[in-house]
Amino acid sequence: MSGLGIVGAVVQPVVVVVGSPVLVGVMRQVRARLEGRAGAGILQPWRDLRKLFGKERITPRGTSEVFRVAPLVVMATTLVVAVVAPFVTTDSAIDPVSDLFAVVALLALGAVALALAGLDTSTAFGGMGASREMTILALVEPTLLVSIFALSVRVGSTNLGAIVSSTLHDPARVISPVSLLAAVALVVVIVAETGRLPVDNPSTHLELTMVHEAMVLEYAGPDLALVELASAMRLSVFLGLLANLFLPWGVATSAAPLAVLVGVLALVVKVALLGALLAAGEVFLAKLRLFRVPELLAGSFVLALLAVAASFFLA
Amino acid sequence: MSVAAVALGAAGVLAVLSSLAAIVLSAPLRPAAVGMGTALTGLAGAVSGVDAVLGGSMSVALPGVLPLAGVSLALDPLGGLFIAVTGGVALAAGIYGISYSRSHGANGRGVQAVFPLFVLAMLLVPAASSVGTFLVCWELMALTSLLLVVAEHRRGPEVARAGRWYVVMTHLGFVAVLIGLLVFAARAGDDSFRAMREVGRHLSPGLAGLVFVVTSVGFASKAGILPLHAWLPRAHPEAPSHVSALMSAAMVNLGVYGIVRVGLDLLGSGAGAGAGWWWSLVLGLGAVSAVYGILQAAMDTDLKRLLGQSTTENMGLVLVGVGAAGLFATSGNRVLAGLALAAALLHVVNHAAFKTLLFLAAGSVLRATGTRDLDALGGLRSGMPWTTGAFGLGALAASALPPGTAFVSEWLLLQALIHGLPTAGGSGGTTAAIAMPLAVAAVALTAGLAVATFVKAFGIGFLAKPRSAGAEHARESPPGMLAGMGVAGVACVVLAVLPTVVLSGVEAAAGAAVGGAEAVSGALTVRLVGVTGELSPLMLTLALLAALVMVVGAVRVVAARRTARTARLWDCGGGPMSARMEYTATSFAEPLQRVFDDVLRPEQDVDVTHHEESRYLVRAVEYRRKVPDRIERRLYEPVLAAVATWGRAGRRLATGSVHRYLGYGFYTVCSLLILLAVTR
Repeated sequence: MSGLGIVGAVVQPVVVVVGSPVLVGVMRQVRARLEGRAGAGILQPWRDLRKLFGKERITPRGTSEVFRVAPLVVMATTLVVAVVAPFVTTDSAIDPVSDLFAVVALLALGAVALALAGLDTSTAFGGMGASREMTILALVEPTLLVSIFALSVRVGSTNLGAIVSSTLHDPARVISPVSLLAAVALVVVIVAETGRLPVDNPSTHLELTMVHEAMVLEYAGPDLALVELASAMRLSVFLGLLANLFLPWGVATSAAPLAVLVGVLALVVKVALLGALLAAGEVFLAKLRLFRVPELLAGSFVLALLAVAASFFLA
Repeated sequence: MSVAAVALGAAGVLAVLSSLAAIVLSAPLRPAAVGMGTALTGLAGAVSGVDAVLGGSMSVALPGVLPLAGVSLALDPLGGLFIAVTGGVALAAGIYGISYSRSHGANGRGVQAVFPLFVLAMLLVPAASSVGTFLVCWELMALTSLLLVVAEHRRGPEVARAGRWYVVMTHLGFVAVLIGLLVFAARAGDDSFRAMREVGRHLSPGLAGLVFVVTSVGFASKAGILPLHAWLPRAHPEAPSHVSALMSAAMVNLGVYGIVRVGLDLLGSGAGAGAGWWWSLVLGLGAVSAVYGILQAAMDTDLKRLLGQSTTENMGLVLVGVGAAGLFATSGNRVLAGLALAAALLHVVNHAAFKTLLFLAAGSVLRATGTRDLDALGGLRSGMPWTTGAFGLGALAASALPPGTAFVSEWLLLQALIHGLPTAGGSGGTTAAIAMPLAVAAVALTAGLAVATFVKAFGIGFLAKPRSAGAEHARESPPGMLAGMGVAGVACVVLAVLPTVVLSGVEAAAGAAVGGAEAVSGALTVRLVGVTGELSPLMLTLALLAALVMVVGAVRVVAARRTARTARLWDCGGGPMSARMEYTATSFAEPLQRVFDDVLRPEQDVDVTHHEESRYLVRAVEYRRKVPDRIERRLYEPVLAAVATWGRAGRRLATGSVHRYLGYGFYTVCSLLILLAVTR
């Protein structure tokens, strides 16, 4: 456990927790401006959270502990990922956990907790959301793992820090076909996994189309605040991973205060840019029919497989 | 005499004693005596296996026990691992069986007498060190398990049907193993494994390939590997649940044992490890079985059949590891071969732990509700909190999510596959370059679908509102059954958090088979040796727990108002909601069914009955869905139909007339005589 790792373990979760609602705010603001609206300002998600945390706790009748624990689990898994993944620093405080499979599986665990909570409510909405979310997850996870495979083959390790460091040392890798194919595949699955257009519409509450919102329909007050915060954090974590796997520049490689500061700034700028791009893209997209989504995901799976093939034949 | 030998002897004596006790004792005493006896047999077996893995060897020859060949037993680390796993499963199943068979009608004298013998047969298969002994134990295992499968034959015709499928397929498998091993032993001139090991290396490639393929067909059918899996989802669910656990968690492993023993040990002698195409075949079949098995499980609505299909999936994953190990060993890469085989064997251990837990929990559900149909379950968490917890733990372990057991072994497996690609430059490079990415894709697809499957099994089966009266009035199982689940549950937790406890043993077994060095090290973290990679399930679990505590604390500080109240569920203003409005297992799996439409080819049918007054008013809608096993349809049904046609044709010859039969005899003798006259 290095000093750099400990700095990362302290700074990263703070940046992610504080920054992710702002990221959501930025994305909403970008969309609003592009659609000709004034928008609510980038701090609106934080204001919503403050309001929700101030409300009393409401438990729907007939739900069990699974329902009550799920928001905590989503939050905890995302926090662990925020601690171990190389966002600000290349070293991790708990290096043996900073593994790509572990990170992907932890994020999946969060989604599973919410799906079980959705089923636990015994409403049709909860079941619908859970069923759709699990279908998407079942297709997203293979793509994630295969594109990760493509990235880690040449490094010879699935450790996130090792992959980021190796890209730092050898910048030419970023524009290799392997990287580009894997990047496209990852973008598609991240859009699906975080419930953005065209897979899911985060701002809809229309029964027939919603996925994530249907699962969490019964949450209110502080629980809802946790779920909202956690899903904002998942979005920033995914975008942060995407940014640092392909464009790792700025990541702190020493524990000097200036390096860490640069690391934080670089992360914020990169994630904000990616978020803004995603939001701008969403303006021009309509939501796909649910049963067209698998075609999109299958396409990204093929791209990921091509990336693996390329990593061998073009090596 | 080593500990292993004494313990294995004790297991044998205990099993025979409990079997006798079942015959002698009266019905009320029988379950306790047999259950305890079997549990102790399992414990003794586990001790023996663990000691064998740690280096305690044994070699016994009893020429007088069986005519012609005699019995010869020997223990080595590879066999010891499988003995230990079987013993552990038998311990949990035996304890569970005390209460389960008392309340579930599986208390007949015959059934109870066979149960310990089944365990003993499974303990002896990996200990056998000659072809004769091996085949006798293998057949004993098949026969005893068959009797246990049909134990509840009074329940309905489907039990007998399952028994017929099982008996035919297991015996065809036996014939394949028999032919393969006999051809091999004939060439060796002696049926002891030691003699065969010496000859194995010098067999001609064609003969070695033939022996490997023929024996592997038999072993694969025991492991439920495609396309010989058809019996598994039938037989495993129909057996009493503790027997299902033994079959699904212990017996299928022996198929893997057979492939490893013959392919890596006897034919490869730990050095050559045979030809590359054998192992490509094993890897390919494993990958296809894994994906197909979990896809069927994702569609299934029968709780126990779903678990059976997940067994096919997990054995497929194990064979992916075994196949990769063989490929690496063929190309001379000992480190990766050891790693891949260790991953496969660790998955065998993990699968045994969580599948035992899941089957025992499913047995509790069956006992309490009288149904295995997920569409009729639900709401069990309030009535059966312990069973719900046990199934939840098992489901977490099975779905390869941290902190679960399968996560660790699948991580190891993926590490072996990932590191296999860059080293593919040497011999057999192209095979590895094609096989490894596809194997990773298959493992990844399996992992994703397993998550969906077990969310369905747990979420629909145990959470939400009860969907039938049986589920509504379900009560918790007696302490004996909970204790059985507890044993398996503790094993699951230990394997998930501290896999390093068993890894050294697993490695010893893998190393013995491929002749490799240590592949994994570390006390708290799993650290790969020879290639980079480390993972610490313990730290991961602790980090998760710490994060949970922090979140709970933070919410307490931040959430301003302490008051809480309950409220009605959002019902769109339509009045109280009933269980009819819930999602069922069928509807949960429907999107996945659509996605994999081309693979599954489901048959569905919607009948709408209209009101008499108007076509626009619907009186009733009937929806039927069936997801048939396509392999069965394409492969088995034509064969069965052909056999039936032959049978009908043959019936015309047998009319029942004695004159005709005498005529047949006469003409046969005549034609024989003519034949002899012509050929001499």
